[in-house]
Amino acid sequence: MKVKLFGITREIVGGPILEVDGIGTVGELKAFMMSTYPRIKKLNSLMVAVNSEYAKEDLALHENDEIALIPPVSGG
Amino acid sequence: MIRITEEPLNTQAIVDSVISPNGGAVNVFIGTVRNSTKGKEVVRLEFEAYEPMATKELTKIAEDAKQRWPILKVAVHHRVGVLDISEIPVVIAVSTPHRAAGFEACQYIIDTLKQTVPIWKKEIFEDGEVWVAAHP
Repeated sequence: MKVKLFGITREIVGGPILEVDGIGTVGELKAFMMSTYPRIKKLNSLMVAVNSEYAKEDLALHENDEIALIPPVSGG
Repeated sequence: MIRITEEPLNTQAIVDSVISPNGGAVNVFIGTVRNSTKGKEVVRLEFEAYEPMATKELTKIAEDAKQRWPILKVAVHHRVGVLDISEIPVVIAVSTPHRAAGFEACQYIIDTLKQTVPIWKKEIFEDGEVWVAAHP
């Protein structure tokens, strides 16, 4: 599945989209990102959006979901 | 109206868009790009948004505000891309029958926007750059 990346997470990973496989839940995706990219662990927070909504850790991910990492926001 | 755009924001047009015959007040918040942060000179800001979700979250905030205050019309426009000092990244305008509700609603909208809407800004310095709020 594809994960959209923005802001500092896009820079850490090195591109706007990451392909991942074998990830079942939001919590697993966060754990995978943090272990693969240790700099992500140092962020103030890390949220995951599924189909444009903030998602809880136990939400199951599906191949056709639109998935995005949301690092600390700073609009305004 | 909720809008995320790369174009410069037209504050007067946004204010005009919320004026209502039933209204007695329009409250407006205008964010501007400051030339320093924590004593360090800022050269420019770069904003990016996760656009469909940012619009969705802004719409939720506007709807929440309408539940809490007697808002007649509300507009939230946020700019993305590269902004120079004194340019305007955000304009919020709220029309209400009386002024007190407008002040409160406008503050609620900008405070909540900063907490929940997937928009990010990077401060560019002469000697580096920082994603705002990313690190403790």
